[in-house]
Amino acid sequence: MDALGLLRPAASVSGLPAAHVPHAASGFALGDHAGRAPAAPAEGPGVVASASSGPLQRRFEPYQNNGGTVLAVAGKDFCVVASDTRLGLGYSIPSRKVSRILKMTDKVVLASSGMQADMMTLHKTLRMRLVKYQQNHQKDMSLTAASQMLSNMLYTRRFFPYYTFNVLGGIDEKGEGWAYGYDAIGSHEKVSAVCSGTGQTLIQPVLDNQIEFKQQWGAPKVDLSLEATVELIRDAFTSAGERDIYTGDYVEICKITKDGVEVEEFQLKFD
Amino acid sequence: MVFPCLPLLRHAASLWYGSLCGRRGYTMPKPVKTGTTIAGVVFADGIVLGADTRATSGSTVFEKFCEKIHYIAPNIYCCGAGTSADTESSTGLISSQLELHRLATGRESRVSTSLTMLKRMLFRYQGHVSAALVLGGVDLHGPHLYTVYPHGSTDRLPYVTMGSGSLAAMAVFETGYKDDLSLEDAKNLVYRGISAGIYNDLGSGGNVDLCIIKRGSTEYLRGFATENARKYRRPSGYAFAPGTTAVLSSKFTRPLKEIAVVEEAGVAEAAVDGAATPATGEMDTTT
Repeated sequence: MDALGLLRPAASVSGLPAAHVPHAASGFALGDHAGRAPAAPAEGPGVVASASSGPLQRRFEPYQNNGGTVLAVAGKDFCVVASDTRLGLGYSIPSRKVSRILKMTDKVVLASSGMQADMMTLHKTLRMRLVKYQQNHQKDMSLTAASQMLSNMLYTRRFFPYYTFNVLGGIDEKGEGWAYGYDAIGSHEKVSAVCSGTGQTLIQPVLDNQIEFKQQWGAPKVDLSLEATVELIRDAFTSAGERDIYTGDYVEICKITKDGVEVEEFQLKFD
Repeated sequence: MVFPCLPLLRHAASLWYGSLCGRRGYTMPKPVKTGTTIAGVVFADGIVLGADTRATSGSTVFEKFCEKIHYIAPNIYCCGAGTSADTESSTGLISSQLELHRLATGRESRVSTSLTMLKRMLFRYQGHVSAALVLGGVDLHGPHLYTVYPHGSTDRLPYVTMGSGSLAAMAVFETGYKDDLSLEDAKNLVYRGISAGIYNDLGSGGNVDLCIIKRGSTEYLRGFATENARKYRRPSGYAFAPGTTAVLSSKFTRPLKEIAVVEEAGVAEAAVDGAATPATGEMDTTT
């Protein structure tokens, strides 16, 4: 499982030849835990190691995946942004309570999963830019402005990306709720519901079905209320916590309405 | 010096195809591994074995409540960590062989017999059968507790842990183990060790299973501690009204003979005699 598959550029940043390191260390690599079966390498059982693999070149691995799931669901006049708070590394849990959420303004909230260090730096840089904008323009950044700024910031690091998978949610100038989903280098799309992180494949189909009524031909498309949305999100995170080892512990749920941002904490399983 | 013999001939084909996959760039399906915390402790009257119940495939939980304590003999049980298929097959195979052995010898099985069978098989496969086992039982010579590693080495010890959560469990054991524990203390120690693995290791989770083996009796406590049941369910549930899935076309086919659903046999015979045979044919409805 190559965590960098999509991110690794063809050219090498460090100037060294971009050697293909078979199964380079990544956050998901099985560590040297005692008792772990060492004879089942990533190639899988039944594969005889070929003698033709040459000398192994190890190089500095700048990224690690700390796991976690984030999502943003937009309603008619509100938006809910939620993330779990578990920090994982390999098979360990360095922390059960880290915040992946940045409250950018009273109307815009960002949540980022992926590498914790890059997430913290990105959030710090964003905060600086937000303050500068506020001082220059005498008003807070709007949702559309913030979404474009984040995209630009991520793309400036096109060849050594922030290893973050972001979702942005909030209320725009017209008072409508919208969510934006990003990839690591800034491609973004305005949507009603988006999910990112290790639990993405578990939660996104549920959001597609229940919020956007995909694959429900005959069903009437109703707008969910804020409370109904939050109940769905609690359910989605509970389910993701059952099946994804990197999702669990607590969930931070930010409800953005015209009155501001309210934060709720919801407990998941610790196993 | 025993040369490592070739694995059984019937596995040679699958080994060949597997290497072909690697060379042609096909990815092998990810095996289901147990992640796991397994542990065993010798106490005053016998053995207590413990295990968690999570099976993972990569970072996805494959099964939340699987059984990792395998039956070997009435007086011998074995916890398995590593690749699920490997632990289940190897323990199942040795369990069958032991039963035949019991019939041939007319005696209760010894733990060292199952140990030797397991280690000889695993060594023959040179570590490719990824099974790390905690084998425990009580026989005529008393309680025995062994670990078996995937390459075929074994250890005999008073307390053992294996799997990705073995460090967490061993930390608890090193703090709490004493010789000649009582049954309750031993159960509590193993429960705390497995719980340490469940909560601190991402590869382990779910419930705690225990197995207590004493001279003449075995108690398999499946779900000794079930603290990790799902906590939240959306109160409104999920409802899909008829018509949610679009019906593009329908086709009805009449059965050739009228089928009568009856409650009693006597009534059935009367119904069959009296039933008319309707015209056969198909009724097509296309929307």
